[in-house]
Amino acid sequence: MRQTPLYELHKRLGARMVEFAGFAMPLHYGSIKAEHLAVREHVGVFDVSHMGEFWVVGEEAPVFLEYATTNRASRLKFGRAQYTLIPNASGGVVDDAYLYLPERGRYLMVVNAANVEKDYRHLTALLPGYAAQVYDASEETALLALQGPKTVELLSGLTDADVASPKKNTVFRANVAGRPAILARTGYTGEDGFEIFLTPEDAPAVFEALVEAGAQPAGLGARDTLRLEMGYPLYGHELTDATNPLCTPYAWVVKPKDPPFLGQERMLAGPCPKRLVGLVLDSGIPREGYPVEKDGREVGRVTSGGVSPVLGKGIALAWVEADWAEEGTALLVVVRGRRLPARVHALPFIRR
Amino acid sequence: MKVPEELRYRETHEWVRVEDGEALVGITDYAQGELGDVVYVELPEVGRAVSAGEAVAVIESVKTASDIYAPVSGEVVAVNEALADHPEKVNEDPYGEGWLFKVRLADPAELEALLDAEAYKRLLEAEG
Repeated sequence: MRQTPLYELHKRLGARMVEFAGFAMPLHYGSIKAEHLAVREHVGVFDVSHMGEFWVVGEEAPVFLEYATTNRASRLKFGRAQYTLIPNASGGVVDDAYLYLPERGRYLMVVNAANVEKDYRHLTALLPGYAAQVYDASEETALLALQGPKTVELLSGLTDADVASPKKNTVFRANVAGRPAILARTGYTGEDGFEIFLTPEDAPAVFEALVEAGAQPAGLGARDTLRLEMGYPLYGHELTDATNPLCTPYAWVVKPKDPPFLGQERMLAGPCPKRLVGLVLDSGIPREGYPVEKDGREVGRVTSGGVSPVLGKGIALAWVEADWAEEGTALLVVVRGRRLPARVHALPFIRR
Repeated sequence: MKVPEELRYRETHEWVRVEDGEALVGITDYAQGELGDVVYVELPEVGRAVSAGEAVAVIESVKTASDIYAPVSGEVVAVNEALADHPEKVNEDPYGEGWLFKVRLADPAELEALLDAEAYKRLLEAEG
Protein backbone atom coordinates (compact mmCIF):
# COMPACT_ATOMS: atom_id res chain seq x y z
CA MET A 1 0.00 0.00 0.00
CA ARG A 2 1.24 3.51 -0.80
CA GLN A 3 1.79 6.14 1.86
CA THR A 4 1.50 9.90 1.75
CA PRO A 5 4.36 12.00 3.20
CA LEU A 6 2.22 12.41 6.35
CA TYR A 7 1.83 8.71 7.11
CA GLU A 8 4.04 8.69 10.21
CA LEU A 9 2.44 11.89 11.49
CA HIS A 10 -1.07 10.43 11.12
CA LYS A 11 -0.04 7.42 13.17
CA ARG A 12 1.50 9.65 15.81
CA LEU A 13 -1.76 11.64 15.96
CA GLY A 14 -3.66 8.40 16.63
CA ALA A 15 -5.33 8.09 13.23
CA ARG A 16 -7.35 5.06 12.31
CA MET A 17 -5.80 4.18 8.95
CA VAL A 18 -7.70 2.59 6.05
CA GLU A 19 -6.92 1.72 2.46
CA PHE A 20 -8.29 4.19 -0.09
CA ALA A 21 -7.35 4.18 -3.78
CA GLY A 22 -4.21 2.20 -2.97
CA PHE A 23 -3.10 4.58 -0.20
CA ALA A 24 -3.02 4.14 3.55
CA MET A 25 -5.15 7.11 4.60
CA PRO A 26 -6.56 8.37 7.91
CA LEU A 27 -10.26 7.49 8.25
CA HIS A 28 -10.48 9.52 11.46
CA TYR A 29 -8.44 10.55 14.49
CA GLY A 30 -11.06 9.45 17.03
CA SER A 31 -14.45 10.61 15.80
CA ILE A 32 -15.76 11.32 12.30
CA LYS A 33 -18.64 13.29 13.79
CA ALA A 34 -16.38 15.52 15.92
CA GLU A 35 -14.11 16.18 12.94
CA HIS A 36 -17.12 16.98 10.75
CA LEU A 37 -18.46 19.48 13.26
CA ALA A 38 -15.01 20.99 13.80
CA VAL A 39 -14.90 21.81 10.08
CA ARG A 40 -18.45 23.24 10.08
CA GLU A 41 -17.93 25.34 13.20
CA HIS A 42 -14.21 25.96 13.54
CA VAL A 43 -11.43 24.63 11.31
CA GLY A 44 -10.07 21.24 10.30
CA VAL A 45 -7.09 20.08 8.27
CA PHE A 46 -7.05 17.14 5.87
CA ASP A 47 -4.19 15.31 4.21
CA VAL A 48 -5.32 14.83 0.64
CA SER A 49 -1.88 14.08 -0.77
CA HIS A 50 -3.30 10.94 -2.37
CA MET A 51 -4.98 13.14 -4.98
CA GLY A 52 -3.31 13.34 -8.38
CA GLU A 53 -1.72 16.51 -9.79
CA PHE A 54 -1.01 17.11 -13.46
CA TRP A 55 0.67 20.15 -14.97
CA VAL A 56 -0.70 20.99 -18.40
CA VAL A 57 1.68 23.26 -20.25
CA GLY A 58 2.53 24.48 -23.73
CA GLU A 59 1.38 27.11 -26.14
CA GLU A 60 -1.85 25.29 -26.93
CA ALA A 61 -2.61 24.14 -23.39
CA PRO A 62 -5.77 26.32 -23.24
CA VAL A 63 -7.07 24.95 -26.55
CA PHE A 64 -6.23 21.41 -25.54
CA LEU A 65 -8.04 21.85 -22.21
CA GLU A 66 -11.10 23.27 -23.96
CA TYR A 67 -11.26 19.97 -25.86
CA ALA A 68 -10.36 17.72 -22.92
CA THR A 69 -12.60 19.32 -20.26
CA THR A 70 -16.22 20.50 -20.17
CA ASN A 71 -15.71 23.86 -18.44
CA ARG A 72 -14.23 26.93 -20.16
CA ALA A 73 -10.56 26.38 -19.42
CA SER A 74 -9.37 29.07 -21.85
CA ARG A 75 -11.36 31.69 -19.95
CA LEU A 76 -9.56 30.88 -16.72
CA LYS A 77 -7.55 33.94 -15.73
CA PHE A 78 -4.11 33.83 -14.16
CA GLY A 79 -4.57 33.25 -10.43
CA ARG A 80 -7.99 31.64 -10.75
CA ALA A 81 -9.41 28.11 -10.52
CA GLN A 82 -12.47 26.23 -11.76
CA TYR A 83 -14.26 22.94 -11.20
CA THR A 84 -14.43 20.86 -14.35
CA LEU A 85 -15.16 17.43 -15.81
CA ILE A 86 -13.01 15.29 -18.08
CA PRO A 87 -15.44 13.84 -20.62
CA ASN A 88 -15.05 10.65 -22.65
CA ALA A 89 -16.01 10.16 -26.30
CA SER A 90 -19.39 8.64 -25.44
CA GLY A 91 -20.74 11.49 -23.32
CA GLY A 92 -19.67 10.03 -19.96
CA VAL A 93 -17.16 11.22 -17.39
CA VAL A 94 -13.55 10.01 -17.11
CA ASP A 95 -13.08 12.03 -13.91
CA ASP A 96 -14.01 15.25 -12.20
CA ALA A 97 -11.17 17.66 -11.56
CA TYR A 98 -10.17 21.08 -10.33
CA LEU A 99 -8.19 23.24 -12.71
CA TYR A 100 -5.90 26.00 -11.41
CA LEU A 101 -3.82 28.62 -13.19
CA PRO A 102 -1.21 29.46 -10.56
CA GLU A 103 1.44 30.40 -13.11
CA ARG A 104 1.00 32.10 -16.46
CA GLY A 105 0.46 29.45 -19.11
CA ARG A 106 0.84 26.53 -16.68
CA TYR A 107 -2.34 24.79 -15.61
CA LEU A 108 -2.45 22.61 -12.52
CA MET A 109 -5.12 19.92 -12.62
CA VAL A 110 -6.10 18.00 -9.47
CA VAL A 111 -7.74 14.63 -10.11
CA ASN A 112 -9.03 11.76 -8.01
CA ALA A 113 -6.44 9.40 -6.57
CA ALA A 114 -8.16 6.31 -7.95
CA ASN A 115 -8.10 7.76 -11.46
CA VAL A 116 -4.56 9.11 -11.83
CA GLU A 117 -3.33 6.45 -14.25
CA LYS A 118 -6.61 6.34 -16.19
CA ASP A 119 -6.72 10.14 -16.53
CA TYR A 120 -3.09 10.37 -17.57
CA ARG A 121 -3.57 7.73 -20.28
CA HIS A 122 -6.75 9.40 -21.45
CA LEU A 123 -5.31 12.93 -21.57
CA THR A 124 -2.02 11.99 -23.21
CA ALA A 125 -3.92 10.04 -25.89
CA LEU A 126 -5.72 13.29 -26.78
CA LEU A 127 -2.50 15.34 -27.00
CA PRO A 128 -1.30 14.56 -30.56
CA GLY A 129 -1.94 17.58 -32.75
CA TYR A 130 -1.74 20.05 -29.86
CA ALA A 131 1.37 21.99 -28.84
CA ALA A 132 0.80 20.98 -25.22
CA GLN A 133 2.19 18.51 -22.68
CA VAL A 134 0.82 16.82 -19.58
CA TYR A 135 3.14 16.02 -16.65
CA ASP A 136 2.05 13.78 -13.83
CA ALA A 137 3.42 15.53 -10.71
CA SER A 138 1.44 13.44 -8.21
CA GLU A 139 4.53 11.87 -6.66
CA GLU A 140 6.26 15.15 -5.97
CA THR A 141 3.18 17.05 -4.75
CA ALA A 142 1.61 16.95 -1.31
CA LEU A 143 -1.79 18.53 -0.72
CA LEU A 144 -3.43 19.69 2.50
CA ALA A 145 -6.96 21.09 2.84
CA LEU A 146 -7.55 23.62 5.61
CA GLN A 147 -11.32 24.03 5.87
CA GLY A 148 -13.77 25.79 8.14
CA PRO A 149 -15.06 29.25 9.08
CA LYS A 150 -11.96 30.04 11.16
CA THR A 151 -9.54 29.24 8.33
CA VAL A 152 -8.49 32.82 7.61
CA GLU A 153 -7.98 33.60 11.28
CA LEU A 154 -5.79 30.54 11.74
CA LEU A 155 -3.85 30.83 8.50
CA SER A 156 -3.11 34.54 9.03
CA GLY A 157 -0.85 33.58 11.90
CA LEU A 158 1.22 31.30 9.70
CA THR A 159 1.76 33.38 6.58
CA ASP A 160 2.67 36.93 5.59
CA ALA A 161 0.31 36.72 2.62
CA ASP A 162 -3.10 38.38 2.72
CA VAL A 163 -5.41 35.37 3.01
CA ALA A 164 -8.55 37.36 3.89
CA SER A 165 -9.07 39.21 0.59
CA PRO A 166 -8.69 36.54 -2.11
CA LYS A 167 -12.08 35.40 -3.35
CA LYS A 168 -13.17 31.79 -3.68
CA ASN A 169 -11.32 30.06 -6.55
CA THR A 170 -8.27 32.29 -6.24
CA VAL A 171 -4.83 30.67 -6.39
CA PHE A 172 -1.45 32.22 -5.56
CA ARG A 173 1.99 31.44 -4.23
CA ALA A 174 2.87 32.17 -0.62
CA ASN A 175 4.87 30.79 2.27
CA VAL A 176 3.01 28.87 4.95
CA ALA A 177 4.85 28.15 8.19
CA GLY A 178 7.99 29.29 6.35
CA ARG A 179 7.57 26.77 3.50
CA PRO A 180 6.87 27.67 -0.13
CA ALA A 181 3.35 26.71 -1.15
CA ILE A 182 0.60 27.23 -3.68
CA LEU A 183 -2.52 28.39 -1.85
CA ALA A 184 -5.98 28.04 -3.38
CA ARG A 185 -9.24 29.20 -1.86
CA THR A 186 -11.01 25.98 -2.78
CA GLY A 187 -12.19 22.83 -1.04
CA TYR A 188 -14.62 19.92 -0.89
CA THR A 189 -16.50 20.71 2.31
CA GLY A 190 -18.71 23.71 1.50
CA GLU A 191 -16.85 25.81 4.03
CA ASP A 192 -14.39 28.61 3.52
CA GLY A 193 -10.90 27.24 3.29
CA PHE A 194 -7.65 26.84 1.45
CA GLU A 195 -6.03 23.96 -0.30
CA ILE A 196 -2.27 24.06 0.17
CA PHE A 197 0.11 22.47 -2.34
CA LEU A 198 3.52 21.63 -0.91
CA THR A 199 6.54 19.47 -1.52
CA PRO A 200 6.40 16.06 0.18
CA GLU A 201 9.34 17.20 2.35
CA ASP A 202 7.56 20.29 3.66
CA ALA A 203 4.05 18.89 4.09
CA PRO A 204 4.42 17.19 7.51
CA ALA A 205 5.84 20.33 9.16
CA VAL A 206 3.06 22.49 7.72
CA PHE A 207 0.34 20.01 8.79
CA GLU A 208 1.81 19.99 12.29
CA ALA A 209 2.00 23.78 12.40
CA LEU A 210 -1.67 24.01 11.40
CA VAL A 211 -2.64 21.50 14.09
CA GLU A 212 -0.58 23.35 16.69
CA ALA A 213 -2.35 26.56 15.68
CA GLY A 214 -5.68 24.89 16.46
CA ALA A 215 -6.84 23.02 13.36
CA GLN A 216 -8.54 19.70 14.07
CA PRO A 217 -6.93 16.87 12.06
CA ALA A 218 -9.74 15.41 9.98
CA GLY A 219 -9.85 12.17 8.01
CA LEU A 220 -11.53 10.75 4.94
CA GLY A 221 -14.62 9.85 6.98
CA ALA A 222 -15.43 13.50 7.69
CA ARG A 223 -14.36 14.47 4.17
CA ASP A 224 -17.06 12.13 2.86
CA THR A 225 -19.84 13.25 5.24
CA LEU A 226 -18.99 16.90 4.60
CA ARG A 227 -19.12 16.55 0.82
CA LEU A 228 -22.34 14.53 1.06
CA GLU A 229 -24.04 17.28 3.10
CA MET A 230 -23.14 19.67 0.30
CA GLY A 231 -24.33 17.25 -2.38
CA TYR A 232 -20.91 17.19 -4.03
CA PRO A 233 -20.18 14.16 -6.22
CA LEU A 234 -17.59 11.50 -5.48
CA TYR A 235 -16.24 9.89 -8.63
CA GLY A 236 -17.23 6.23 -8.89
CA HIS A 237 -20.47 6.96 -7.07
CA GLU A 238 -22.32 9.90 -8.62
CA LEU A 239 -20.09 10.23 -11.67
CA THR A 240 -18.77 7.34 -13.78
CA ASP A 241 -17.62 6.60 -17.31
CA ALA A 242 -21.28 5.87 -18.13
CA THR A 243 -22.83 8.89 -16.37
CA ASN A 244 -24.24 11.72 -18.43
CA PRO A 245 -23.45 14.73 -16.22
CA LEU A 246 -26.30 16.69 -17.80
CA CYS A 247 -28.65 14.42 -15.84
CA THR A 248 -27.02 15.49 -12.56
CA PRO A 249 -26.92 18.64 -10.44
CA TYR A 250 -23.40 19.12 -11.82
CA ALA A 251 -24.70 19.98 -15.30
CA TRP A 252 -23.55 23.58 -14.70
CA VAL A 253 -19.95 22.44 -15.26
CA VAL A 254 -20.80 21.42 -18.81
CA LYS A 255 -20.38 24.37 -21.17
CA PRO A 256 -21.14 23.43 -24.76
CA LYS A 257 -18.64 25.16 -27.02
CA ASP A 258 -17.43 25.52 -30.58
CA PRO A 259 -15.17 23.75 -31.31
CA PRO A 260 -16.79 21.15 -29.07
CA PHE A 261 -15.25 19.25 -26.17
CA LEU A 262 -14.68 15.52 -26.59
CA GLY A 263 -18.02 13.69 -26.76
CA GLN A 264 -20.02 16.92 -26.60
CA GLU A 265 -22.58 15.85 -29.18
CA ARG A 266 -23.23 12.51 -27.47
CA MET A 267 -23.53 14.20 -24.10
CA LEU A 268 -25.94 16.85 -25.34
CA ALA A 269 -28.07 14.20 -27.05
CA GLY A 270 -28.90 12.80 -23.60
CA PRO A 271 -31.52 11.71 -22.80
CA CYS A 272 -32.03 11.57 -19.04
CA PRO A 273 -34.31 8.66 -18.14
CA LYS A 274 -33.04 9.08 -14.58
CA ARG A 275 -31.85 12.10 -12.67
CA LEU A 276 -29.47 12.40 -9.77
CA VAL A 277 -31.25 13.93 -6.77
CA GLY A 278 -30.82 14.50 -3.06
CA LEU A 279 -33.00 12.55 -0.61
CA VAL A 280 -33.69 13.26 3.05
CA LEU A 281 -35.18 10.67 5.43
CA ASP A 282 -36.91 11.40 8.72
CA SER A 283 -35.62 8.14 10.16
CA GLY A 284 -33.15 5.51 9.06
CA ILE A 285 -29.89 5.86 7.19
CA PRO A 286 -29.67 5.25 3.47
CA ARG A 287 -26.50 3.62 2.14
CA GLU A 288 -25.02 3.14 -1.32
CA GLY A 289 -26.95 0.62 -3.41
CA TYR A 290 -30.22 0.79 -1.45
CA PRO A 291 -33.29 0.71 -3.74
CA VAL A 292 -35.62 3.70 -4.06
CA GLU A 293 -39.30 2.91 -4.63
CA LYS A 294 -42.48 4.66 -5.72
CA ASP A 295 -45.90 2.99 -5.85
CA GLY A 296 -44.44 -0.42 -5.05
CA ARG A 297 -41.91 -0.29 -7.87
CA GLU A 298 -38.18 0.34 -7.88
CA VAL A 299 -37.52 3.72 -9.49
CA GLY A 300 -33.92 4.27 -8.49
CA ARG A 301 -30.85 3.51 -6.41
CA VAL A 302 -28.78 5.33 -3.81
CA THR A 303 -25.26 6.27 -4.99
CA SER A 304 -24.00 7.70 -1.68
CA GLY A 305 -25.75 7.77 1.66
CA GLY A 306 -25.15 8.37 5.30
CA VAL A 307 -26.14 10.53 8.19
CA SER A 308 -25.84 14.30 8.19
CA PRO A 309 -24.18 15.27 11.48
CA VAL A 310 -25.66 18.77 11.11
CA LEU A 311 -29.26 17.70 10.37
CA GLY A 312 -29.14 14.52 12.43
CA LYS A 313 -30.95 12.79 9.57
CA GLY A 314 -30.21 10.26 6.89
CA ILE A 315 -29.32 11.86 3.56
CA ALA A 316 -28.49 10.40 0.17
CA LEU A 317 -27.70 11.11 -3.42
CA ALA A 318 -29.67 8.79 -5.70
CA TRP A 319 -30.57 8.17 -9.31
CA VAL A 320 -34.35 8.21 -9.70
CA GLU A 321 -36.60 8.04 -12.74
CA ALA A 322 -37.02 11.54 -14.14
CA ASP A 323 -40.75 11.57 -13.31
CA TRP A 324 -39.93 11.43 -9.61
CA ALA A 325 -36.99 13.81 -9.52
CA GLU A 326 -38.83 17.00 -8.62
CA GLU A 327 -38.07 18.64 -5.29
CA GLY A 328 -40.50 17.55 -2.59
CA THR A 329 -41.48 14.26 -4.26
CA ALA A 330 -42.26 11.57 -1.68
CA LEU A 331 -40.38 8.32 -2.25
CA LEU A 332 -39.41 5.26 -0.21
CA VAL A 333 -35.89 4.03 0.46
CA VAL A 334 -35.61 0.31 1.19
CA VAL A 335 -33.41 0.02 4.28
CA ARG A 336 -32.86 -3.67 5.08
CA GLY A 337 -36.34 -4.63 3.92
CA ARG A 338 -38.08 -1.69 5.57
CA ARG A 339 -39.56 0.98 3.35
CA LEU A 340 -38.74 4.36 4.88
CA PRO A 341 -40.23 7.67 3.69
CA ALA A 342 -37.83 9.96 1.86
CA ARG A 343 -38.28 13.30 0.16
CA VAL A 344 -36.44 14.72 -2.82
CA HIS A 345 -34.42 17.61 -1.44
CA ALA A 346 -32.59 20.50 -3.09
CA LEU A 347 -28.79 20.56 -2.82
CA PRO A 348 -26.97 21.36 -0.69
CA PHE A 349 -28.76 19.57 2.13
CA ILE A 350 -27.66 22.24 4.57
CA ARG A 351 -27.86 26.00 4.23
CA ARG A 352 -24.53 27.75 4.41
CA MET B 1 -9.79 -1.56 25.99
CA LYS B 2 -12.14 -2.93 28.60
CA VAL B 3 -13.11 -6.63 28.73
CA PRO B 4 -15.04 -7.17 32.00
CA GLU B 5 -14.21 -10.49 33.64
CA GLU B 6 -17.78 -11.40 34.58
CA LEU B 7 -19.21 -11.31 31.06
CA ARG B 8 -19.45 -13.88 28.27
CA TYR B 9 -18.63 -12.98 24.68
CA ARG B 10 -19.51 -14.00 21.14
CA GLU B 11 -16.74 -13.99 18.50
CA THR B 12 -18.72 -11.28 16.68
CA HIS B 13 -18.08 -8.89 19.63
CA GLU B 14 -21.38 -9.03 21.51
CA TRP B 15 -21.31 -9.47 25.29
CA VAL B 16 -23.81 -11.25 27.55
CA ARG B 17 -24.56 -10.59 31.23
CA VAL B 18 -26.75 -13.30 32.78
CA GLU B 19 -29.08 -12.45 35.66
CA ASP B 20 -32.00 -14.62 36.81
CA GLY B 21 -32.29 -16.60 33.61
CA GLU B 22 -32.17 -13.49 31.44
CA ALA B 23 -29.32 -12.41 29.24
CA LEU B 24 -28.53 -8.73 28.80
CA VAL B 25 -26.77 -8.18 25.46
CA GLY B 26 -24.58 -5.38 24.18
CA ILE B 27 -21.49 -4.83 22.06
CA THR B 28 -17.97 -4.73 23.43
CA ASP B 29 -15.70 -1.76 23.96
CA TYR B 30 -13.57 -3.05 21.09
CA ALA B 31 -16.63 -3.25 18.81
CA GLN B 32 -17.81 0.29 19.57
CA GLY B 33 -14.31 1.57 18.87
CA GLU B 34 -14.20 -0.22 15.54
CA LEU B 35 -17.62 1.10 14.52
CA GLY B 36 -16.93 4.69 15.48
CA ASP B 37 -19.69 7.19 16.27
CA VAL B 38 -22.96 5.28 16.60
CA VAL B 39 -25.81 7.30 15.13
CA TYR B 40 -28.72 4.86 14.95
CA VAL B 41 -29.64 1.55 16.55
CA GLU B 42 -32.30 -0.75 15.16
CA LEU B 43 -33.47 -3.18 17.85
CA PRO B 44 -35.65 -6.32 17.70
CA GLU B 45 -39.27 -6.14 18.81
CA VAL B 46 -40.08 -7.19 22.33
CA GLY B 47 -41.68 -10.63 22.24
CA ARG B 48 -39.71 -11.82 19.23
CA ALA B 49 -38.14 -15.27 19.51
CA VAL B 50 -34.52 -15.14 18.43
CA SER B 51 -32.02 -17.94 17.79
CA ALA B 52 -28.38 -17.91 18.74
CA GLY B 53 -26.38 -16.61 15.79
CA GLU B 54 -29.33 -14.82 14.17
CA ALA B 55 -28.86 -11.22 13.03
CA VAL B 56 -31.37 -9.40 15.23
CA ALA B 57 -30.24 -5.80 15.47
CA VAL B 58 -28.33 -3.26 13.40
CA ILE B 59 -25.97 -0.58 14.63
CA GLU B 60 -25.35 2.28 12.26
CA SER B 61 -22.24 4.34 12.68
CA VAL B 62 -21.41 7.40 10.62
CA LYS B 63 -19.48 5.16 8.29
CA THR B 64 -21.43 1.93 8.04
CA ALA B 65 -24.27 -0.38 9.12
CA SER B 66 -23.34 -3.51 11.10
CA ASP B 67 -25.42 -6.54 12.02
CA ILE B 68 -25.64 -7.55 15.66
CA TYR B 69 -26.13 -11.25 16.36
CA ALA B 70 -28.08 -12.87 19.18
CA PRO B 71 -25.49 -14.64 21.34
CA VAL B 72 -28.21 -16.89 22.82
CA SER B 73 -31.68 -18.16 21.90
CA GLY B 74 -34.88 -17.04 23.58
CA GLU B 75 -37.58 -14.42 23.71
CA VAL B 76 -36.67 -10.74 23.64
CA VAL B 77 -38.12 -9.37 26.88
CA ALA B 78 -36.74 -5.82 26.77
CA VAL B 79 -34.89 -3.43 24.51
CA ASN B 80 -32.96 -0.30 25.37
CA GLU B 81 -35.46 2.37 24.34
CA ALA B 82 -33.07 5.14 25.45
CA LEU B 83 -30.85 4.44 22.44
CA ALA B 84 -33.47 5.92 20.11
CA ASP B 85 -32.59 9.39 21.39
CA HIS B 86 -29.08 8.65 22.59
CA PRO B 87 -27.37 6.13 20.30
CA GLU B 88 -24.01 7.55 21.44
CA LYS B 89 -24.48 5.64 24.73
CA VAL B 90 -23.21 2.60 22.82
CA ASN B 91 -19.86 4.39 22.45
CA GLU B 92 -19.79 6.05 25.83
CA ASP B 93 -20.84 3.14 28.03
CA PRO B 94 -20.93 -0.08 26.00
CA TYR B 95 -21.20 -2.36 29.05
CA GLY B 96 -23.72 -0.17 30.90
CA GLU B 97 -26.18 2.37 29.53
CA GLY B 98 -25.32 1.28 26.02
CA TRP B 99 -26.86 -2.20 26.41
CA LEU B 100 -29.03 -3.31 23.48
CA PHE B 101 -31.64 -5.94 24.43
CA LYS B 102 -32.52 -8.62 26.95
CA VAL B 103 -33.34 -12.23 26.11
CA ARG B 104 -35.06 -14.81 28.36
CA LEU B 105 -32.77 -17.81 27.96
CA ALA B 106 -34.36 -20.75 26.13
CA ASP B 107 -31.35 -22.98 26.69
CA PRO B 108 -28.86 -21.93 29.37
CA ALA B 109 -26.44 -24.55 28.04
CA GLU B 110 -25.82 -22.22 25.08
CA LEU B 111 -23.84 -19.99 27.42
CA GLU B 112 -21.13 -22.63 27.49
CA ALA B 113 -20.48 -22.07 23.81
CA LEU B 114 -19.63 -18.41 24.43
CA LEU B 115 -16.15 -17.13 25.21
CA ASP B 116 -15.03 -16.11 28.67
CA ALA B 117 -13.09 -12.88 29.13
CA GLU B 118 -9.69 -14.57 28.75
CA ALA B 119 -10.68 -16.27 25.50
CA TYR B 120 -12.18 -13.05 24.17
CA LYS B 121 -9.00 -11.13 24.98
CA ARG B 122 -7.01 -13.74 23.05
CA LEU B 123 -9.40 -13.31 20.13
CA LEU B 124 -8.80 -9.53 20.16
CA GLU B 125 -5.05 -10.05 20.26
CA ALA B 126 -5.33 -12.37 17.27
CA GLU B 127 -7.38 -9.75 15.39
CA GLY B 128 -4.61 -7.27 16.16
